[in-house]
Amino acid sequence: MYEIRLHSRGGQGGVTAAKMLALAAIREGKFATACPFYGAERRGAPVVSYIRIDDAPIKVYSQIRQPDLVIVLDMSVMETVDVLQGIREDGRVLINSPHPVDMQGHPTYHVDLTGIALSLNLVIAGSPILNTPLMGALAKMGFVSFDSVKDAIEETFSDERNVAAAKLAYEGLGQ
Amino acid sequence: MLTIATGNKAVADAVKDARPEVVAAYPITPQTEIVEQIANYVASGELGSRYIPVESEHSAMAACIGASATGVRAFTATSSHGLVYMCEMLHWAVGARLPIVMANANRALGPGWNIWAEHTDSLSMRDTGWLQVYVGSVQEAYDATLMAFRIAEHTNVLLPVMVNLDGFALTHITQPLETVDPGDFIPPMELPHAIDITNPVGYGTLTPPGEYYKFRWDIERSMRSAAGVIEETQAEFGKRFGRRYGATEEYRCEDAEVIVVAMGTLGKEMEIAVDTLRSEGMKVGSMRIRWFRPFPDLDLEGREVVVIDRDYSFGFGGIVAHAISSKYDVSIYSVIAGLGGQEVTYDDIAGFVRDRRPGEEFWFGVDA
Amino acid sequence: MADIPKEEFIFKTTSACAGCSSSLCLRHILKAAGPDSVLVVPACCTSVIQGIYPNTAFNIPVYNVAFAAAAAVASGMSTAFRAAGRKTNVICYAGDGGTVDIGIQALSGALERGTDFLYICYDNEAYSNTGMQRSGGTPLGAVTTTTPGGKSEGKKDLDLIVEAHNPPYMATACSAYPLDLYKKVKKALSIEGPKFIHILAPCPPGWRFPADKTVEMGKLAVRTGMWILYEREHGELTISGASKNAMRKPLPIEEYIGKQGRFKNIDQRSIAILEQQVAHNIARITREAEGIC
Repeated sequence: MYEIRLHSRGGQGGVTAAKMLALAAIREGKFATACPFYGAERRGAPVVSYIRIDDAPIKVYSQIRQPDLVIVLDMSVMETVDVLQGIREDGRVLINSPHPVDMQGHPTYHVDLTGIALSLNLVIAGSPILNTPLMGALAKMGFVSFDSVKDAIEETFSDERNVAAAKLAYEGLGQ
Repeated sequence: MLTIATGNKAVADAVKDARPEVVAAYPITPQTEIVEQIANYVASGELGSRYIPVESEHSAMAACIGASATGVRAFTATSSHGLVYMCEMLHWAVGARLPIVMANANRALGPGWNIWAEHTDSLSMRDTGWLQVYVGSVQEAYDATLMAFRIAEHTNVLLPVMVNLDGFALTHITQPLETVDPGDFIPPMELPHAIDITNPVGYGTLTPPGEYYKFRWDIERSMRSAAGVIEETQAEFGKRFGRRYGATEEYRCEDAEVIVVAMGTLGKEMEIAVDTLRSEGMKVGSMRIRWFRPFPDLDLEGREVVVIDRDYSFGFGGIVAHAISSKYDVSIYSVIAGLGGQEVTYDDIAGFVRDRRPGEEFWFGVDA
Repeated sequence: MADIPKEEFIFKTTSACAGCSSSLCLRHILKAAGPDSVLVVPACCTSVIQGIYPNTAFNIPVYNVAFAAAAAVASGMSTAFRAAGRKTNVICYAGDGGTVDIGIQALSGALERGTDFLYICYDNEAYSNTGMQRSGGTPLGAVTTTTPGGKSEGKKDLDLIVEAHNPPYMATACSAYPLDLYKKVKKALSIEGPKFIHILAPCPPGWRFPADKTVEMGKLAVRTGMWILYEREHGELTISGASKNAMRKPLPIEEYIGKQGRFKNIDQRSIAILEQQVAHNIARITREAEGIC
């Protein structure tokens, strides 16, 4: 079973990102669950989402304690949240950033999700859409195929720029 | 059709497929997605229900009662404070013999405000006469909601049904969901006592001591029939749609010497603990209770039982543990865990079983 | 301006959204009320804004209560305080849902009984705390999560309902005019009996406008006449400064609703109805202020 923890802020689409990844995995014939952890609706507050992917049905509901992958959609959450808590020794990190980031020696990937969204004017109510380009980055990292990501995006959103954003992130992933 | 959904959306999708005429809606965390999704379905025309945005939960149940009394299918959803706010009307729906279906997102009661999973809300309403089922997955939330309408409306039942799902732990989790076309699985509703202007009668009039008890016995008689109706409905569902459900869900119980019992999502997670303990050589199994009312027969004789209560009855004990001890002569280790969304993992559950002390009560986080 | 006390009762650590009207209002309300006050708060955004146990961002006693119960709890609390000879301010601070929907029975009862308390409704026109579902206070045509096509019913007139109970003091206010609110709270608390203040509280996530435009939105509400600022003391109406000009020459309502995503799909018919209501309200309030009824 693969366990992924995603850190973002309320309103950034982190919860939807988790669902889309679960959907992409399910379209590939895997089992997946996605779960946000938050309190009352609060735009701007730190939010954590969990995604589990496995070949067998998943019976776990409790929080992910030892993630294989940590995703950080908004680096500012790191000021108040220990995003690396519990990460496996060989765990990887994926950060929304135009530059490489040092995450205590863990293999860390970066991609400028915000820049990609802005370049395509993929913005809603002032917020750049980060979850669809994120899907492209995750495909490049090997969690799901790009085709499954494309299907999941198209099932969720009608705007074609979302798939374009995913493609840019797929190509722009750095380490 | 295979898709993904949250527990809440699964309930909304089942409601869409069951086609109630009236939905009364009042938002409360963590049920809000149910009423929002139904609003979307009504607005888009996918669901032809009338949607009543009531001003409180007491009114939500009152509106469902009014609608159901005319002989139409009615649905609402709530949670914790909303559920106990409509307590008076829960009793009323039962006494009025109305087959209303309601989804309840199990959530703790304040103060302090706590929006996370706990079963005390619905279990504190166990005396009302509502049938109660507790689901453990998104798929089950969909399936149980569909079945609830058929069970409630059965001529030998005609009682309301509450479908319970863990707040946040299940309402907000996304899992695969396969929806079905119910076809005639839920037959058209036929309420024998529906308001009929050609046959004017008084409903719920002043009922003296010499008569009232007969109505109460009638409710209990239907509650006893309900067990058979539930079994038959679940069998038919399995036949038509391929997923089989029982009054409980048992895992590796056949040769078990110890059985751990729980409801809701903990009842699924405990299966992982069972596997761990089995690999240590323990003959253990798990039993997830699904139907709490009517309370089912449980195959527990001769075993040690560990009961995890995500609830409590102050001055008495864990509600599920005591329901079992009142019916079965088994030794019980009563664990109180998960209150207010307290995190309980499969490792914790394995620990409860390893450290069990029959006859005692253990408050997770309080006792050592 | 110099009269407003410097002491803060709300610390900079609330859990409010960026641009929250409620925090802005409460800061000034508590400065007007002072430390001998208890806030009675039913389920609403403010329940969460206080912060998470064991911390609180409010340096005043706050009694959190069930959704339907604010005014009834306040009734009991005020009665007990007065019986003990204490003048402690009992102030309900509730959202529109907890006032005009589920809380209306308790409010009506407390008003009818002449309860000595101040009831403040901060109105962000939806059940914001639970994710922006419609309330009785949601205006015509507004999109909420339970009115995806826009609300087809009008906004319940809470002020007329309260007026029907003849309280010794009632007023409207707006988060964009904190000084006006401060003065009204001070005035209210100097009067014995039931007092009521209805504050328009523009909500960035709920109304869908940028978080730095909260004050601008409140001003537009007043300048278009969609919200009229006034007070009624022992039945006598005074229109507040900012509304005087607005009522003479109101801006077109599009200046206000056009800037909010929740009105994105509002149709012409609904706009016409809203305009009619604005005209009607302006006329009605003007006549009352001039002593014509």
